[in-house]
Amino acid sequence: MPVHVPSTTAGVEDVVAVLVLLTEFAMLRGPLLRSQVRLYAFQSLAVSVLAVVVAATRHLADIYALAGLSFVLKVVIVPAVMTRLLRDVDVDLAGSSKLGVASSMLVALAVSVFGFFAVGSLHVHSSLLPSTTLAVASAVVLVAFVLIVLRSDVVSQAMGFFSLENGVSIAGLVIAAGLPLVVETTFLFDLLVAVVAFGIIIRVHHGRSRTLSTDELDRLRG
Amino acid sequence: MAALLVVLLAFPFAVGVVSYLVPVRVSKVLAPVSGAVAFALSIALVPAVLTHGHITAGSELRVDSLSVVFLIATSFLYLATAIFSAGYLHLDSGPAGARYGRRFYAGLNVFCWAMLAAPLVSGLALLWVAIEVTTVVSALLVAIDDTETATEAAWKYVLIASMGLGISLLATIVLYYAGTSVFGAGYDLSYAKMLAAGHHLPPEVLRLAFVLAVLGYGTKMGLVPVHTWLPDAHSEAPTPVSALLSGALLATSFYAILRYYQITAAAIGSVFPRNVLLVFGLASLLLAALYLLRQRDIKRMLAYSSIEHMGVLAIGVSFGVTLAFIGVLLHVLAHAAAKGTAFFGAGSVVRKFGTKDMALVRGGVGALPWSGSMLVAAVLALSAMPPFGLFRSEFLIVSGGLSDPRYAVAAVLVVLVTLAFVGLGWSTTQTMLTTGPADAALAAAPHATPHTPHAPHAPHAPHAAVVSSRVRKGEVSPWIVLAMALGIAALVLLGVHLPADLSRLLDHAAHELRTP
Repeated sequence: MPVHVPSTTAGVEDVVAVLVLLTEFAMLRGPLLRSQVRLYAFQSLAVSVLAVVVAATRHLADIYALAGLSFVLKVVIVPAVMTRLLRDVDVDLAGSSKLGVASSMLVALAVSVFGFFAVGSLHVHSSLLPSTTLAVASAVVLVAFVLIVLRSDVVSQAMGFFSLENGVSIAGLVIAAGLPLVVETTFLFDLLVAVVAFGIIIRVHHGRSRTLSTDELDRLRG
Repeated sequence: MAALLVVLLAFPFAVGVVSYLVPVRVSKVLAPVSGAVAFALSIALVPAVLTHGHITAGSELRVDSLSVVFLIATSFLYLATAIFSAGYLHLDSGPAGARYGRRFYAGLNVFCWAMLAAPLVSGLALLWVAIEVTTVVSALLVAIDDTETATEAAWKYVLIASMGLGISLLATIVLYYAGTSVFGAGYDLSYAKMLAAGHHLPPEVLRLAFVLAVLGYGTKMGLVPVHTWLPDAHSEAPTPVSALLSGALLATSFYAILRYYQITAAAIGSVFPRNVLLVFGLASLLLAALYLLRQRDIKRMLAYSSIEHMGVLAIGVSFGVTLAFIGVLLHVLAHAAAKGTAFFGAGSVVRKFGTKDMALVRGGVGALPWSGSMLVAAVLALSAMPPFGLFRSEFLIVSGGLSDPRYAVAAVLVVLVTLAFVGLGWSTTQTMLTTGPADAALAAAPHATPHTPHAPHAPHAPHAAVVSSRVRKGEVSPWIVLAMALGIAALVLLGVHLPADLSRLLDHAAHELRTP
């Protein structure tokens, strides 16, 4: 097998992508809801940095605009909305995970290794695009799924979904950077609308049951 | 012609915004008007796409025969649901009722707008955006009743559907990546362009994109095993929303899958995408048929019937022959009419008897002579009985399947559809065609309600008598009857005498799907 030496750019992109993945693991571990939101903000910051890197190295001017927009929305507005929600509902602890910290870490590790190698084995790469970043992005998506499945409170589940979107964003930045700006912008505004909808339903749920736990949500069966 | 597309895109949204601002009695009129305009415009597009093949407006809007089929299905249901809502909503006269009405009508119109936008746009990325907007708006509509179960259903719906759409966003990006090998780094991701690229696209990447798309959009379409939000959302949403979710939203997601099917089939041949759809389709049909046998909640029953029909659609595409494609597209139209009508009937029953539990409802047709009978007819239509449209469409699908070397699948399809018919038919006839409160003597002595000793829910029969005895004969609202009559008329028209232009439209669209 020929040894493939990544360029500096690809290296930087991979480092940022791995940082996003590590943040995802930290979110899985974090016991406080506020820390989830902070970690999400940090993760979004990493994604925005990745956008700047992609814009600089591939000379795509409109990606700078995207990076700015993604910073404003995902690092400032979304965390602000969620923090305000948490202040209003006055709940600090995330719902207990269905598995212990160690077990959920192991599950997430196994899942991300699976995602990394499954996508790696597809040989989705070309001369200008690094294939490892796509593999890391799919690992982020899969760990986000683990987070959503294992956590039993609505805020953690919502944050899990938003971070899933971060994972998809990395994939989008690295393998579809040329996607027209209009479309990328629409994706982001769509996320904003989704955040509002999640927020409304979380409020309604809290208003009815005085809790953020999903344990109450088990009436509909069959 | 291009102007038609712009009006179709702009009008329902404008009505949605206006509905939030004006009093509810104005919205009650505006919504059916908007539905009628959308339906008329969709019909007006038919001759144009038949002569020109496709119509474009700018670079973002493009319709061909396939899109028009879905536009007709959605706009018809928009019209019928708007009429039904006028009779179904009972609002308090206070400010809370007015607020509910404003939110409901704004949501209803914007929801329909997003579902109409999906087949209108040419870009696959914008298609994703339109479908994501349908999720957000309809999740809020599911939660609008503000009960514990509605909140639960809305949460499951918004979370699971958004996760599915995350997957389909990944599919969009992977497909975009596939195109970069042909079009270079920056281009517009439109389905027409991807179809033209054909077999120049890298096969491995396309396989990945297709599977992700089926998994992602399949979540919203209700394919097993990613269907779990569907029965909850359909049963807890206000009935007009349930009808739209089932008849139009699932079809819209199916439209997205069909576009990915087209592109994948053009690039790597149809064997792989057909096999993927076959697996999902069979799983959906099997699970739905089994669940239908033991449903007591009338709206959940109809929800599982939707999963069944989505399974039929997926299997129909997996046959891959023109005849089956025509059947599939006719099935989309007929299912919209039949499921809408059935949900309207269920809404009428729920309003009348105050319960969704079919074990507690007896003598439905006696109490609701018009909407009750039409509910029975709609359920028969859903079971693919002649003379309704679904009979014709399932017949075409099965005939297409029998011409395939894998005709065993067609046989399994027939068996499972029959099983579903038993479940649907048994529950409905037990509920609707039994004697009930309409008999004066029984109304006087409720506990004497006769029930066969083998009745499946015999322990609940006394309650059934109690609930039913409080019910008087008479329709809930003439608007409900009108909406249902529209649906039944459409079903009979599709089944007995398919209009010539519509038949040509289905033919055209089926051939678009057949592109090698």
